Amino acid sequence: MTDTPETQTFEPVIIGFTCNWCSYRAADMAGTARMKYAPNVRLIRLMCSGRLDPTFVLKAFAGGADAVLVSGCHPGDCHYINQNYKMLRRFHLLKRVLQQMGIEPERIKLLWASAAEGAIFAEEINKFVEQVRPLGPLNWKPGNGAQVEAPVHEEVPA
Amino acid sequence: MSKPKFAMYWAASCGGCEIAVLNIHEKILDVDANFEVVFWPVAMDAKYKDVEAMEDGSILLTLWNGGIRNDENEHLAKLLRRKSQILVAFGSCACEGCIPGLANFSPLKEIVDTAFSTLSTDNPDNVRPQPHYEMPEGAIHIPTLLPVLKTLDQVVDVDYYMPGCPPESHQIAAVIDLVIQVVQGKAQLPPKGAVIGAGNSTVCDECPRKRNVKTIKEFGRIQLMQADPELCLLEQGIPCNGPATRSGCNARCPSAGAQCIGCYGPAEGVVDYGARLLSAFASVIDSNDPAEIDRILDGLVDPAGQFYRFNLAGSLLRAAKPAWKSGD
Repeated sequence: MTDTPETQTFEPVIIGFTCNWCSYRAADMAGTARMKYAPNVRLIRLMCSGRLDPTFVLKAFAGGADAVLVSGCHPGDCHYINQNYKMLRRFHLLKRVLQQMGIEPERIKLLWASAAEGAIFAEEINKFVEQVRPLGPLNWKPGNGAQVEAPVHEEVPA
Repeated sequence: MSKPKFAMYWAASCGGCEIAVLNIHEKILDVDANFEVVFWPVAMDAKYKDVEAMEDGSILLTLWNGGIRNDENEHLAKLLRRKSQILVAFGSCACEGCIPGLANFSPLKEIVDTAFSTLSTDNPDNVRPQPHYEMPEGAIHIPTLLPVLKTLDQVVDVDYYMPGCPPESHQIAAVIDLVIQVVQGKAQLPPKGAVIGAGNSTVCDECPRKRNVKTIKEFGRIQLMQADPELCLLEQGIPCNGPATRSGCNARCPSAGAQCIGCYGPAEGVVDYGARLLSAFASVIDSNDPAEIDRILDGLVDPAGQFYRFNLAGSLLRAAKPAWKSGD
């Protein structure tokens, strides 16, 4: 979908996974500092970004999310030594799989945010919402497709 | 006393499951001794109207193999569900879509074009099958394709799942033995929804290869390299689906020197097969640098095909967007 009047007013639903020690604290800081940012992200707190099972992301998309944000401590800052690197490797592979499934890479974002980076967190969410908006709703519903006749019944040119 | 009734049906499948049933050798005589086979298109002549005429619930056991690809499959699934007391999703196609389910990567038009208009197809008038056609003798019909392939339990209620492509013959024999014992009142059926004829662990647990938690700098293809015969294949960079796949086959492929391709479907407790495998593959990559991670991942030529080879229709996403969009 391109930038049409419909997509300009479209409010994407974004599921955001944050870690307990850095990125969730960043969101907390943005809140206590009363920074305003787009209300489109529903945050889910995990103990660590390394806890992010790719199943969560697939379930979010299958359940109607338009985009997914994955957020964790900066590389080297992980509370559990190196689990955010594990997430990083998974994220790169997941992005490739999602692309093959027809989910645009712009619908998934990785964001490193420390507990002190409330402003950066808020700003990045605003940017992400604007990145997803022109794509329109994802509206994943592969099971509901009615029987199609069109491609099979196509009139054959004489 | 009349014998309990048995049926077996194939939908979108290759016929391998039927062969696997015959591969139980003389055990097939036990099936005949204990059951009356009322409907089994590959083995005997029977008409759909014969099934329709049966009383609801009159068939004790129906083994269903194949995915739901067209409206005929869907009709038969609903019909046999009504007529059967126990409906088993038999084999990978019925459980999770299997190879026919890979069509869920492509829109319907592309599938039909591939079948009828490739270079090797002799079809100069570009003819397409017409589901409804008026002939001078009357109207004729063939089944209409659904936009995406569905698994059996996406269409009807399923009592048991028997995975495998095809299920191993010794597992089929064990299940048939169990059902006969149940009929004779000597055993109890497992709880509804159970996976039967398979293990509860992963292929890795049955695999004789050695693991030493090694990580890799490169993925390779087994046909292009000299694989160590004793070391874990994944640790050699060979994409092996063992970590996410249900046990039950005695790790046949890795024992024989080939990678597991995942035909026994998701292991116990795995919600999305591909997601579990994705995590396993990502965990052997030896790098913290995004650019290097990407370079290593380039060695996996078709990750979605690798992760969902047998499980696309049964996965959380079920089909790629262009495929299900073709049904809108």
